[in-house]
Amino acid sequence: MKALRNLVDRVKPNFEKGGKFEKLHATFDAFETFLFVPDTVTHTGSHIRDSIDLKRTMSMVIVALLPALLFGMFNVGLQHYRVFGEISVGDPYTFDLIWKCFWFGLLKVLPIIIVSYVVGLGIEFIFAQIRGHEVNEGFLVTGFLIPLVMPVEVPLWMVAVATAFSVIIGKEVFGGTGMNIFNPALLARAFIFFAYTPYISGDKVWVAGLNKAPENIVDSYSGATPLADVTTTISEGAEIVNWSNGSSPIDWIIGTIPGSIGETSTIAILLGALFLLFTGVASWRIMLSVFAGGYIMGLIFNLIGLNAIMDMPAYYHLIIGGFAFGAVFMATDPVTGSQTNTGKWIYGFSIGVLAVLLRVLNPGYPEGMMLSILFMNAMTPLIDHYVVQANVNKRKKRLKTAVN
Amino acid sequence: MSNVIRIKKGLDISLEGAATESVMQLPTADKYAVKPDDFKGFTPKLLVKQGDVVAAGSPLLFDKYRPEWVVTSPVSGTVSSINRGEKRKILEVVVTSDGKNESKEFPVKPTRDLKKEELTKLLLDSGLWNFIIQRPYGIVANPEDSPKSIFISGFDTAPLAPDMNFVLKKEGDNIQVGLEALAKLTSGEVNLSLNADSETGVLNKVKGAKIHLFEGPHPTGNVGVQINNLSPINKGEVVWTIDIQNLAILGRFIKTGKVDMTKTIALTGSQIENPQYYTIIGGASISSIVQGRIKPQKSGDSVRIISGNVLTGQKVEESGYIGFYSNQITVIPEGDKYEMLGWIAPRFNKFSTSRSYFSWLRPKKKYDLDTNMNGGERALVMTGIYEKYFPMNIYPIYLLKAIMAGDIDKMENLGIYEVIEEDIALCEFVDPSKTEMQAILREGINAMIKELN
Repeated sequence: MKALRNLVDRVKPNFEKGGKFEKLHATFDAFETFLFVPDTVTHTGSHIRDSIDLKRTMSMVIVALLPALLFGMFNVGLQHYRVFGEISVGDPYTFDLIWKCFWFGLLKVLPIIIVSYVVGLGIEFIFAQIRGHEVNEGFLVTGFLIPLVMPVEVPLWMVAVATAFSVIIGKEVFGGTGMNIFNPALLARAFIFFAYTPYISGDKVWVAGLNKAPENIVDSYSGATPLADVTTTISEGAEIVNWSNGSSPIDWIIGTIPGSIGETSTIAILLGALFLLFTGVASWRIMLSVFAGGYIMGLIFNLIGLNAIMDMPAYYHLIIGGFAFGAVFMATDPVTGSQTNTGKWIYGFSIGVLAVLLRVLNPGYPEGMMLSILFMNAMTPLIDHYVVQANVNKRKKRLKTAVN
Repeated sequence: MSNVIRIKKGLDISLEGAATESVMQLPTADKYAVKPDDFKGFTPKLLVKQGDVVAAGSPLLFDKYRPEWVVTSPVSGTVSSINRGEKRKILEVVVTSDGKNESKEFPVKPTRDLKKEELTKLLLDSGLWNFIIQRPYGIVANPEDSPKSIFISGFDTAPLAPDMNFVLKKEGDNIQVGLEALAKLTSGEVNLSLNADSETGVLNKVKGAKIHLFEGPHPTGNVGVQINNLSPINKGEVVWTIDIQNLAILGRFIKTGKVDMTKTIALTGSQIENPQYYTIIGGASISSIVQGRIKPQKSGDSVRIISGNVLTGQKVEESGYIGFYSNQITVIPEGDKYEMLGWIAPRFNKFSTSRSYFSWLRPKKKYDLDTNMNGGERALVMTGIYEKYFPMNIYPIYLLKAIMAGDIDKMENLGIYEVIEEDIALCEFVDPSKTEMQAILREGINAMIKELN
């Protein structure tokens, strides 16, 4: 440690004011503070500070995302081999099989992660450089979330374009981390969804290699997600939902189904959720109210019961598609979510309600989660305004009674 | 007895180096000083020059805008230096003690015969008026105001704070007289808030004040939190507050007519050899209190001396002087050290309210915290954590953002009249974005004062 510190101290003057690489100060600072917690001390106000900082907070989110990522990698391989008939649905999960699937998925997913990080962090560094402030940690999480909400077959250049869009338009134009209105990772997904729709919808993009596979292979194992099954049911007006590959709720909870890389396994997501709630990084109010909103909306549709989807058990909504992933990792983003405790309940509940509403009533695009979170992101300032205004009014009322 | 008000929000930071219950009388120090910066809102003008002989209670400085507002010498002796900073700003007026501690005589009367105007004049002339702090803004009170009521906190919940029942063990009579005097200054009530957990102390026996019992973690002992719970300050209202030990000094003055700034302070912190209480005269040099009592430091290590507690105190040098309002000196390690990959390492010895560290496993452990920022300053990202340490019906972050935006109306609407720095100190402590909240709040308060004058 000493030797490394000495090395850093030796090159540091080059990046300080007046040094050779003065312009690269923000970049140097980012690496230095990554290696070492800086030696800055308090000079005004509280002399001691809590050990938590944003680097650690963000790292906690990444730790929470690991189960979803690791399972996602495994599942990418599993879905691929199932489609190509190398693994059948009933095969026992031996160590060899898991390793084979994981290795395949790792090679598929890693490039997406790398592209997302390189592009996003590159832009963050440039902006930090221009603005002369320290590089913010926000993208550490965003860069990790983006690959997890992508279909495995998404072209890498598209990941790059979407990441650049979300970081520049979604975040930096507002002033950087902490100032953005929309969740950057979801913005990246929305960008691809609206600009290159075929690459992020349909039955073929969710399984690696499926879009180039010969027709006869595709027949044996479908690449449709449960949500796509829902859409099909609505458009065909079928009496009951015909779940592809005979999948059942237990498969959806475990996550051995086609879908975005990180969103399929409810169990892996809940592991992350427990970790986030335990460390206090994410708001339990938001998480709970999103699930409650979705479930209650599902129950309401059960009561209406006009078609097979409305009749679907309400809890299905919580475990298919991106609902759980969105509730745990996207809705809880403290920057774009509601900032007041009362507001958090309203915000979360509305997301849950809207997501299910969109799924059931809008057969064109089954995944309501992304759009409902983005919509509620936009509504957040309004919600918070009214919550804070209630506090202000209380104070004014107190003043009035005091005067009289 | 009145009902106990239980406050749930807040945090007791458990630190090494609490004072043991023993008092030692320190010999008269060589030098004493008054620091104009201690008195918020004071614009100092000198009344003395180097070499002047002064008694305790002799005026040293007066306020440019309210000439009757003076700051007086705590001891008798000679004015030995006037230390100035940038733009010749007066930082300290130093008095070298003659060791006799003789006071000017003030024409006091028994409290029942004192009129409000007489009392005000006595306090102003003796410099003890500076004890009376007004809310809103936390500045020295304006004698022309008529306060709605007076609030006194009888306990201090800050980290390593002195136990006021212990400190004031022998001051019961003085506090009694002080309370009687305060009653003359307001048409409303004099309120004394006490810690519900220690119901047997000297403070529980005093009469002449409305007693309120509080229970809860820091900042329950802050008078601002107590006021907010009992009778929140509205726009246009003024209430006065006074530190409980200063109340005892005030009472002593009314009884004797002499300025005797003797008080008992706690010398605390992990870098103090044997933390305990010391009896000193206010304004004493720091070296006279800490010399020989700080643990020896390894080479490269240094300590920070704080006049006050770790959350709100002022950084002072060993060559400096204890603050006018301090009941405590805290000495902790300076944190000017790099720590490799500290943001991701487990760091078992670090304290955090967040469970991303392991301090939640050992709630009883006492920590030796240093002055490291533990991270870089960032935009405010996290939400919902600050409110947990802020037991008032105010949205602290919205208030701070209104201040940063310079929006006077919003500051007023969001409750700036109800808070001062000490109330928001815990939010600053827990903030992962390392925002300087106390400094921002003071900026806002100054903007309000400027706007309304």
